[in-house]
Amino acid sequence: MIGVIQFPGSCDERDAVAAVERVGEGRLVWHEETDLSGLDGVVVPGGFSYGDYLRAGAIARFSPAMEAVARFAAEGGPVLGICNGFQVLCEAGLLPGALLPNEGLRFICRQVQLVAEDFTGPFGGSIESGQRLSIPVKHMSGRYFAPDEDLDQLESEGRIAFRYAPGENPNGSVRDIAGVINEAGNVIGLMPHPEHAVDPLTGSDDGLVLFRALAGAQQAATA
Amino acid sequence: MSAGVSESPSAPGREAEEAPSTWVELGLTDHEYERIVELLGRDPNGVELAMFSLLWSEHCAYKHSRKLLGRLPTEGERVVMGPGENAGAVDIGNGHAVAFKVESHNHPSAVEPFQGAATGVGGILRDVFAIGARPIAVLDSLRFGEPTSERSRYLFEGAVAGIGHYGNSIGVPTVGGEVYFEPSYEHNCLVNAMCVGLAKTDAMIRSAAAGPGNLLVIMGASTGRDGIGGASVLASAELEAGDDSKRPSVQIGDPFEESKVLECCLELLDRDLLVSLQDLGAAGLTSSAGEMASKGGVGLDIDVRKVPLREEDMEPFEVMVSESQERMLAVVEPSRLDEVVETCERWQTGSAAIGEITDTGHLRVLDDGVEVGDVPVSALVDECPLYDLEPEEPGGWMYGNADTLGEQVALSAGRSADPSDPSHILCALLGAPNIASKRWAFEQYDSVVGSRTARRPESADAAVLMIPESDRAIAVAIDGNGRRVACDPYAGAIEAVLECAQNLACVGAEPLGLTNCLNFGNPEKPNVAWQLDRAVLGLADACLALKVPVVGGNVSLYNETEHGPIYPTPVVGLVGELPDAAAVPGLAPNDGDRLVLVGPFAPSLAGSELAKQRGELDSGLPQVPLNEVDAALRLVRELVRSGAVSAAHDVSDGGLACALAEMAIASGIGMDVDLDALVELRGGSGETNLFGEGPGGIVLAAPDPKELLERAESAGVEAVQLGSAGGDRISIAAAERDVSVALADAGRAWRSLDQRI
Repeated sequence: MIGVIQFPGSCDERDAVAAVERVGEGRLVWHEETDLSGLDGVVVPGGFSYGDYLRAGAIARFSPAMEAVARFAAEGGPVLGICNGFQVLCEAGLLPGALLPNEGLRFICRQVQLVAEDFTGPFGGSIESGQRLSIPVKHMSGRYFAPDEDLDQLESEGRIAFRYAPGENPNGSVRDIAGVINEAGNVIGLMPHPEHAVDPLTGSDDGLVLFRALAGAQQAATA
Repeated sequence: MSAGVSESPSAPGREAEEAPSTWVELGLTDHEYERIVELLGRDPNGVELAMFSLLWSEHCAYKHSRKLLGRLPTEGERVVMGPGENAGAVDIGNGHAVAFKVESHNHPSAVEPFQGAATGVGGILRDVFAIGARPIAVLDSLRFGEPTSERSRYLFEGAVAGIGHYGNSIGVPTVGGEVYFEPSYEHNCLVNAMCVGLAKTDAMIRSAAAGPGNLLVIMGASTGRDGIGGASVLASAELEAGDDSKRPSVQIGDPFEESKVLECCLELLDRDLLVSLQDLGAAGLTSSAGEMASKGGVGLDIDVRKVPLREEDMEPFEVMVSESQERMLAVVEPSRLDEVVETCERWQTGSAAIGEITDTGHLRVLDDGVEVGDVPVSALVDECPLYDLEPEEPGGWMYGNADTLGEQVALSAGRSADPSDPSHILCALLGAPNIASKRWAFEQYDSVVGSRTARRPESADAAVLMIPESDRAIAVAIDGNGRRVACDPYAGAIEAVLECAQNLACVGAEPLGLTNCLNFGNPEKPNVAWQLDRAVLGLADACLALKVPVVGGNVSLYNETEHGPIYPTPVVGLVGELPDAAAVPGLAPNDGDRLVLVGPFAPSLAGSELAKQRGELDSGLPQVPLNEVDAALRLVRELVRSGAVSAAHDVSDGGLACALAEMAIASGIGMDVDLDALVELRGGSGETNLFGEGPGGIVLAAPDPKELLERAESAGVEAVQLGSAGGDRISIAAAERDVSVALADAGRAWRSLDQRI
């Protein structure tokens, strides 16, 4: 069972549950829930948690459910953060770096091409290095940033999960970074929305690979 | 209704030597005031006068348009809810209905484009979830002055950002829309927003209050002094005119609050905890409570002291007319109140029982139990005098003309380009703000949230949304070329309906219902009255011919300034259904496809984009062969559904040459076209056939045109072979006026709008 956190102001939580249900079972997790036992993985979905009027993700990181997610991640549970979820995971310190307002200072909704990097851990195992994925972005603050020395370290440790393909960087992200993983490899965050790329009719089904990875991550970790 | 304080008429002028009466400052005429006194049997007090002044405004009472609106057909076998409810709805099978409505937020957007447009979206979303439908799509229709004007660019940028801010934050996709730039909107922009929702038919709810003893519960945001508009005259009088009493009358939107109220209301309805539901929009509590009581034939007691406030010391009348956003009003049985309050608390949104349904037929306003106002509901809601228009046809073209073609050609085809060369004209038209790609705008909108969007903006003529709940898809389009309506209000309004219907046909959708927003100037002026009268007649005739019922709409009058009225702009929103989203063709032909023009399209330069650029606009459009267009649309719909076509695109702004170029740009494949057969069939110059506009033309692409031509012939629909897709140039021969443009150059011109914003 995969849990999808629902904050007030979440937008993509139902779409994330529907995407999960294409590869397994999923349910919503209310933002006040603190017991995540019984879950095999967690999605922190997109949207504007608590309105995001202060700074994207800045309030959601203090929610009871996020404290539970931090414990879940510390115990090795697989966590996928998408867009606002990525912002929340960065704010919570579960992932390195920060997401700044887009270079153009405007919201951008666009199908973009991603390239998977060579990364390890439960997510990396099922995504081939160099694989190209067509997945939409839609965000106001998606410009990935971290200091150069941190980026060098992330790169040397194989912790860049996705980059925007050459010429596709929509927001000015440093080194074209679209997604990163944590040190243990069980927490991944990305700005593009794989839950909106699970059906060719709506544009692409390239995002399914992430949900398959999430559903299979627990087995991969315990194998 | 959405808020729109300044959509009501401005106060009529008064003799200079005489101090204006309070009611005149509030926008009521002496005659209307006398009528109020007669209905009450006494003078109204301040609270009552504030309520009357708003509910008897044009925006709430439709006093200049209601008689005309009666002409529109509203009946249809698929209609679930018609005009009069918060939104209209049509049945789409399997126990589901699609709810939709379009509404204006013009004047607030002209004052503050970001918040004006944002709260316009917020208002129309509330209308849709007020009937128990989950909003699944937003479309918008925008009108500004030319982008060469700094103010127009500011308004455009602000309105687009505002629409995006609200829609994106609340998680409802903006799937389509249109933008026109015309000088007549320079001082009065238009921001119309349409929302589409999905509901289980048996769970839908009406707004009629019922059951004396039941409670009136306000939910959502607290109430402040924002958006008090016309009633601020009273505030000045009572608070002894200070600067702090001149509150801003544009409301500020909070999509996060709306998101919580939306989810909360849908949960309350799902659990069957509400008797009726209504949103708070223009004229706030007065309008919402009055309408609920009127529809239910009951009375209401409201205690303003029980309304949660965000400012201290608000006067009772201020509470009654405040237009604070993100509020809903529900009727709840007393035994269910605790569950309602608990649900609101869980969604972290407000709720308070503020009154009770009575059997008095009166709306009583109490302040901590003490009566401060008492009016018969019927007087407030139903007795506003309705006015007959005094239409008079203008003697000629009422608007200006300016030759901008040379400038436009230079921008799109280079300084040395020749404004009489059809190749250069094509590039100029593709780069014209009305025709160029609006990617700059629609990329600021989340078009994919909800996982239903099968055709995103500019990938097909209509947005297509999947509805797995009823095992089909719907298509939605919004349109209304005001310039053509200005040329001929009757024919132009018909064309607005046909443009939407053509867009739907191109994705194989059959129209189910229509909503409209009538944006016009001052109806008390005879020429504007004539435009309104003729346009409504045109809408009615088009709907009758297509057998499409009008299920709801909105009227925005007094869109004019000292510079004159706007182009008469009836904006039409159309919702249709189709069996299978997977079969929908886009705009892009395949290499080698044959191109066929279907329908009675008879190109004319009258009212066209080219006539505008040349400064040659004048009154009059050719008559529209409505029934022939209808037959053509049926044929196109069937052909698209059968999978016989690989691309479909209707002929619209910029004529056939622009329609073909847009298809070539979409596919990245050139085309070789010869219009001589069309010139022979329709007559007219090569230039008219290239760039002339008019309804009833759809370009279809198919690998083999034989089936298309045969089926057109047996359906009695005219079809003309145009040529084929291939190569890297757009080549169109048209009676010696030959176009030949490199595909890359055409694409560059079409994508040039963002450099002008």
